[in-house]
Amino acid sequence: MNAPLIGARIQRKEDYRFLTGSGQYTDDVVLPGQTYAVFVRSPHAHAKIKSIKKDKALKAPGVLAVYTGEDLAAAKVGGLPCGWLITGTDGQPMKEPPHPPLAQGKVRYVGDHVAVVVGESIEAARDGAELVEVDYEALPAVVDATKAMQKGAPALHDIAPDNKCYTWALGDKAAVDAAFAKAAHVTKLEFVNNRLIPNAIEPRAANARYSRADDSYTLYVANQNPHVERLLMTAFVLGLPEHKVRVVAPDVGGGFGSKIYLYAEDVVVTWASRQLARPVKWTAERSESFVSDAHGRDHHTLAELAMDKDGRFLGMRVHTTANLGAYLSTFASCIPTILYATLLAGQYTTPVIYCEVTAVFTNTAPVDAYRGAGRPEATYVVERLVETAAREMKLDPAEIRRRNFIRTFPYQTPVALMYDTGNYEATLDAAMNMGDVAGFARRKEEAARRGKLRGLGYACYIEACGIAPSNIAGALGARAGLFEAGEIRVHPTGSVTVFTGSHAHGQGHETTFAQVVADRLGLPIESVDVVHGDTSKILFGMGTYGSRSIAVGGTAIVKALDKIIAKGKKIAAHLMEAAESDIEYDRGVFKVAGTDKQKAFGEVAFAAYVPHNYPLDKLEPGLNENAFYDPTNFTFPAGSYVCEVEIDPDTGKTTIVKFSAVDDFGKVINPMIVEGQVHGGLTQGIGQALTEGCRYDPETGQLVTGSFTDYCIPRADDVPSYQLDTRETPCTHNPLGVKGCGEAGAIGAPAAVMNAITDALWSMGVKDLAMPATSESVWRAIHMKRAA
Amino acid sequence: MAVRVSMTVNGKAVSAEVEPRTLLVTFIREHLGLTGTHVGCDTAQCGACTIHMNGKAIKACSMVAMQAQDANVVTIEGVAKPDGTLHPMQAAFKEHHGLQCGFCTPGMVMNAIDFAKSHPNPSEQEVREALEGNLCRCTGYHNIVKAITAGAKAMAG
Ligand code: FES
Ligand code: FES
Repeated sequence: MNAPLIGARIQRKEDYRFLTGSGQYTDDVVLPGQTYAVFVRSPHAHAKIKSIKKDKALKAPGVLAVYTGEDLAAAKVGGLPCGWLITGTDGQPMKEPPHPPLAQGKVRYVGDHVAVVVGESIEAARDGAELVEVDYEALPAVVDATKAMQKGAPALHDIAPDNKCYTWALGDKAAVDAAFAKAAHVTKLEFVNNRLIPNAIEPRAANARYSRADDSYTLYVANQNPHVERLLMTAFVLGLPEHKVRVVAPDVGGGFGSKIYLYAEDVVVTWASRQLARPVKWTAERSESFVSDAHGRDHHTLAELAMDKDGRFLGMRVHTTANLGAYLSTFASCIPTILYATLLAGQYTTPVIYCEVTAVFTNTAPVDAYRGAGRPEATYVVERLVETAAREMKLDPAEIRRRNFIRTFPYQTPVALMYDTGNYEATLDAAMNMGDVAGFARRKEEAARRGKLRGLGYACYIEACGIAPSNIAGALGARAGLFEAGEIRVHPTGSVTVFTGSHAHGQGHETTFAQVVADRLGLPIESVDVVHGDTSKILFGMGTYGSRSIAVGGTAIVKALDKIIAKGKKIAAHLMEAAESDIEYDRGVFKVAGTDKQKAFGEVAFAAYVPHNYPLDKLEPGLNENAFYDPTNFTFPAGSYVCEVEIDPDTGKTTIVKFSAVDDFGKVINPMIVEGQVHGGLTQGIGQALTEGCRYDPETGQLVTGSFTDYCIPRADDVPSYQLDTRETPCTHNPLGVKGCGEAGAIGAPAAVMNAITDALWSMGVKDLAMPATSESVWRAIHMKRAA
Repeated sequence: MAVRVSMTVNGKAVSAEVEPRTLLVTFIREHLGLTGTHVGCDTAQCGACTIHMNGKAIKACSMVAMQAQDANVVTIEGVAKPDGTLHPMQAAFKEHHGLQCGFCTPGMVMNAIDFAKSHPNPSEQEVREALEGNLCRCTGYHNIVKAITAGAKAMAG
């Protein structure tokens, strides 16, 4: 019998290979006859392609082929699809412009794909790419979504002459207007949720092989959901039968959303591998990642909160313009709508909410989900409004939150979601204790004596994870199911291989999922291994994003486990000549209730594979079970963050002196891994608040922040050590009681940091500040006010 | 026009014909097949390619292979004991959960080992400053800092 493993800080199974350099990432895969692809990308934000001349490139030594959009069109390669249909307020479907993998006739952003050169070596392909002659006629470009909607703005796509993809709304507008009419106070903010570039440290990569022997393809790709990648690529773009295509996402070096999507490069190398009957590999250089990975956020929002005289929320009104970039990326359309407006209730009882979103095409890289995806934007709206409202009404920011917390569950919000459970007071209390809010006034005074400004900010976030009940998602426009699949294969001697449709790219599923299985079966964790990321091994999978793996993938595994135990009981009943209903399973042992008769799990497994004494007339041999699980609701992780900053008014530098985060993720399987997820999320959130901001030149549409020098992802000395804790209200609708933890930090941190900075500057008259609050912008804010 | 480069890598003499423009990191990954050393950027900013050359941590993307002629190079593959036992710094990363996706990890470990030689008992601030040239997008550095602090102590014995 083994100790319970759920809740234990088990060291990770995957670490040994990563620590010794034996991980296998896509770029590490070298296939016999390997060739290399380099993409010719648009140097213009918007231009007509007048001609492309390949001859010189084709003559260069080692160049095997050059392909353009025309070649793909001639071969009837389709465009990249969008997986979510949004229907606008006018009842019309969103505008879906063609998204050819290689540009046809026009390029629409800097980095857009114009041609691919395949060579015997990467150097040959690079040299060849230099020799492809493209004649462009530059067109005026627009990079700002608000400007793109104005009359006379350059139009990107013929089917959307006003550049609008859709205008969509959620909530009861009349009821919200009525609530504002009777408000004692209205807080209003207008801000930009800054565009971010994901920058997983492993650049995207794809390596495709075509085999004439059986007319099949294998694609190694840095991707978060290999089955979805395969489905989209085969059914929508290349028109191939799925059983002829294997997609392998081996070790993947971070995703954060940016590796969910079907990208042009994946499709092109797969197609090219057949033309050449040679494997074709492409690995992004970092500068390509900056211009061509799907970006995140980029909202312009006007938000208002109506309150009575006591600070009770009466209604919220939000207008957002979302920049989608030049084309619709795979899930672009649902991020600023379904994953955003539905979260605007936050942790509060705001009775009526109205949100209107206009999504716009611009001459920038496509925008899609990035860690949090819609929910950080929603949390930023809610938590900046709430904190500002408290200051305006001279209420304590914690107190105004307490006055409005949801306290009874289940709770139906006015924006479609039904929260199953939560305890917002508990996380707020704990975070305030940990952050020593009581001692803040003293610390602020002490800092003031040193000439420094201290500020304290809160964020009480909620997120909807575990996406999603497929039928609800379908009704909202999803073009895919959102279940998960799992398989438990018990081997004859009783060890176990778990196959999961979830995908790990840093989350540690090989450990967490093994803990779940070993705990439930009462086996040592060494007896359980987890396999993921290969369509030829895994029965099916929807992959990992939206903090869904443990809640949806974990549940699929538990359901398969239940079947294993149920079958094991039948076998054990036969072996012990007892009634099946008398068999109990208790951590590794099948027992006949009320007797000392028992059979170990391994003995039962052995009997299933060597069925000499076995009920073959009633039961199939073997011990292997699958399950598909479609969730019945979202899960609702929530938490409270308290951030304390110190600002040097002479330099504008903001230092985070204390960051306390208390999260409610429901049941926690491995606290060590969960804390790691929070650390990473918080750091990305702090990055958004303090250092990261993607900028395009407004005239030329060139990416100004195209390297780590200009786009600053946090370095070790930009962030503090964190103080973390959890509170636990188990999710009510999955067997593990889990909610998911991957995105929380990135969702809550930006508002907490900006609330702290604006707290420090409030007395100087600075009510709001744009992210990223770099030293320069903080310094300017302080000195403009001083000058005024 | 190929040139011959020779050096010692993880204790073994190696030699190959390469184009003069071949980067040291490309030589290690493509010619020697030691893919534990990673490439995360094209501007010598991320540190994923960090190796040891003549005992010092360097970024293998920032020089051509020819510059390592006759050098003694150690990559992440050469850090654990021959029987597979982890180096104390590797063990500290595992114990303190100093890695998630693992992509920055080889570079982090190589840099940390060099740093620890001169800092047997580092402060948090010293560790954070030492990581200036190593980017990690997953861990938020919190546990990397803990790992290096512990690893440095373990190395000092
Ligand atoms: S690859 Fe060498 S520093 Fe980034
Ligand atoms: S562990 Fe993923 S980049 Fe550091």
